[in-house]
Amino acid sequence: MENETPLLEARNLTVKFVTGRGLLAKQVVTAVDEVSISIKKGEALGLVGQSGSGKTTLARAVVKLVKPQSGLVLFKGKNIFGQKGDEAQAYRRKVQMVFQDPYESLNPRATAEKAIGEPLVIHGLAESSSSRQERTLDLIRLVGLNPEAVSKKYPHELSGGERQRVSIARALAVSPELLLADEPVSMLDVSIRIGIIDLLKELKRKLDLTVIFITHDLGVARYFCDRIAVMYKGRLIEVAPTEELLRHPSDPYTKQLLESVPDPAKSARERFSSIQKG
Amino acid sequence: MPLLDVRGLCIDYKLQSGYLRAVDGVSFRIDQGEVLGLAGESGSGKSTIAHSILRILPGSTRVSGSIQIDGTEVLRMDDRAARAYRWKVVSLVPQGSMNAFDPVITIGSQIVESIRIHSNVDKADAWRRTRELFSLVGIPESRTKGYPHEFSGGMKQRAAIAMALSLNPRLVILDEPTTALDVVVQRQVLGLLARLRTELGISFLFVTHDLSVLSEIATKVAVMYAGRLAEISSSEALFAAPKHPYSNALIHAIPTLSGDLSLVKSIPGVPVNLLSPPPGCRFHPRCPSAFDRCRTEEPHLLQLDDGSVVACHLFDRGEKDDGE
Repeated sequence: MENETPLLEARNLTVKFVTGRGLLAKQVVTAVDEVSISIKKGEALGLVGQSGSGKTTLARAVVKLVKPQSGLVLFKGKNIFGQKGDEAQAYRRKVQMVFQDPYESLNPRATAEKAIGEPLVIHGLAESSSSRQERTLDLIRLVGLNPEAVSKKYPHELSGGERQRVSIARALAVSPELLLADEPVSMLDVSIRIGIIDLLKELKRKLDLTVIFITHDLGVARYFCDRIAVMYKGRLIEVAPTEELLRHPSDPYTKQLLESVPDPAKSARERFSSIQKG
Repeated sequence: MPLLDVRGLCIDYKLQSGYLRAVDGVSFRIDQGEVLGLAGESGSGKSTIAHSILRILPGSTRVSGSIQIDGTEVLRMDDRAARAYRWKVVSLVPQGSMNAFDPVITIGSQIVESIRIHSNVDKADAWRRTRELFSLVGIPESRTKGYPHEFSGGMKQRAAIAMALSLNPRLVILDEPTTALDVVVQRQVLGLLARLRTELGISFLFVTHDLSVLSEIATKVAVMYAGRLAEISSSEALFAAPKHPYSNALIHAIPTLSGDLSLVKSIPGVPVNLLSPPPGCRFHPRCPSAFDRCRTEEPHLLQLDDGSVVACHLFDRGEKDDGE
């Protein structure tokens, strides 16, 4: 396992944005700063950090939604930025993203069935409309929904949890190998969050998926991820297996982050007195 | 006498086709210096309760029951009395208020303006008070001349809290005050609230969907489900041994950093649609302990020996009690 080529590897990846063009002075923000990280096939890697730490930009660079200034992203050992034609198209199929807010990422005028079937058309994966429909219904069942109840519904007719399940089905339609989930449960009610994470766990096992899980919630990261990478101001400051990182953080920022997380499992009294002292 | 005493509060929103009961028979108290956490998922009625205490619900809303502050009935105040009461006795840090500052006016001027609208002080005094408030919430006084874009998220939230404190209210209602903040900043803001509580004896009603935050700040927690109270317990009691099956399920639906992950479990089913709530206990379709009575009979609030209040048939030993 150790000698295997990682499924995905970033090497010295740097993404910069230019802000304040026009009236104000031009400023360059380094959103991702010389980040090197790799992920093995079948792994669940958590990407944590506060807003503005660069975790989403790193993910967007991996799916080629933003162009890095320097550095490489290798998928099975091949640089994704040199790809052309069929190879580029194939990469777009193998790496899929699940977004934070399914209400915004789903087309309000497409039924669940249409939203899930669309990637099959785009990637030419369905020979006929009947095979597409069959595959779509399978996907709806795969994410724990009842096709009869949801396939003809529009996003506004679905609950938050159902909507996120539909967007997961849509991402899975093209049989990806790597799934990037960007805060997939932060918009959902607490009572249904774990249901979605359990679904991702089950899908990862069933479909042999590799998952990059972006979250600001360390409890959720602990529940889902094999390894956690902590980002701060664009830099990757620490990567370690989940329990090791939580028990023995080596970076001072990671320590501060962990100490700040509310933890109802610790005795309420202990936490309460510590915060009263400031 | 409690500072805030809410009894049998029912709130109906007017819809095209009739009324929708968003809050149903809610009773709770807040004592001086207490932090009551009001927890619930979206649609549970928690923000509606907050708005009813401030009398800022839409005019078409039907409100019954009683809300007393220091013995004065809030629901019977005329509009003039309500205006005088609002901000001076009870103030609000609304959800997202940190992003509601006008971008082209300095934060100090905005606080000065709100002080002068609500009280009879001259400009110099209002500025003096604003600088005082800034140092109270831990922002350097010089920053009163700053614009919102020059403030970080945490500083804007501190400024919003400073504004709510400007007229020395007895009770401050905070609606999701830390939801948009990063955990490190969240912890700083919670520390600030704890300090204001001990130093100034201010009481807080902390409205949030995030139960784990309440484990850090609340002295007492009221858990709402679909417009009704499920449980009110001290913070220690709730997190150590939740009574209502919904509180219990909610606590176990949150993976923590130190808890046993094998106990983490999602709550089956979907949140209640208030247009067609289930009969009996509203949680019964999702409750692992539901029995026949739960499906037909609405549970009343029961006062338990340890001071908790719970609305669940599992705790009903026959005697009738409405939690008063």
